[in-house]
Amino acid sequence: MQMEKERVHYEVHQNCLVVYVTDDLDHHAVLQLREYSDRLIEAGNIRHIIFDFTDVGFMDSSGIGLIMGRYKKVMFLGGRAAVTNVGDVVNRIFTLSGLYQIIERYDTVADALQGMKSRREG
Amino acid sequence: MKLVIESVSENESFARTVVAAYITRLDPTLEELADVKTAVSEAVTNSIIHGYLGKSGEIEITCEIDGREVIIEVVDFGVGIPDIERAMEPLYTTKPEWERSGMGFAFMEAFMDVLEVQSEPGKGTRVFMRKEIGKEQDK
Repeated sequence: MQMEKERVHYEVHQNCLVVYVTDDLDHHAVLQLREYSDRLIEAGNIRHIIFDFTDVGFMDSSGIGLIMGRYKKVMFLGGRAAVTNVGDVVNRIFTLSGLYQIIERYDTVADALQGMKSRREG
Repeated sequence: MKLVIESVSENESFARTVVAAYITRLDPTLEELADVKTAVSEAVTNSIIHGYLGKSGEIEITCEIDGREVIIEVVDFGVGIPDIERAMEPLYTTKPEWERSGMGFAFMEAFMDVLEVQSEPGKGTRVFMRKEIGKEQDK
């Protein structure tokens, strides 16, 4: 599913929304990402969310706000949130912010989908 | 080096990229470069969101190199910060509805050696940061 050309693209696997962030994740990028992600979550049937960071070379505290906000949304639906393909630069920000206390980290999107499936209720 | 930008979010990446280019002469590690970029991004974003509340204004970014130290100043002429101590507390934010994480100053503090914030309500805010480049290579 292609919703915006440069900054992001999305995939839905059953009840998992995968957000591929493909640019620096700062306040400017977050303004657009938030709106698109929420529209998809609210469209229904989304329980879990995965953010992929393969193409993200930079992130600041705005990115933390984006992930926390989406985490809260899926948490209310009984879902979970994960991040994948996290490079060194982004990893330092996640570690420092304490994000890993609530969000799972997987090497790849496939691993994350598998992880969420294995613990999926019902 | 002095850079004056409009307070629009498109300029956040421009500002940190210019500062990163400016300090390459100090031959920073990728980690040091990321640290400085993050600190600049946080300061500029604060000016745009909190200083000017999304309205139009100018942000001045001054960069200097002294030996192996980079000295960065980010100045805005916005609303200012009534309680700096409170503003600098990790996780404190005046804009939870905008999903601000409250980590901006904490990141600047963590990634730079020195952080000083001066502000006067109604006049603006000045963020002063310093970082020695190449410390890690000496170890």
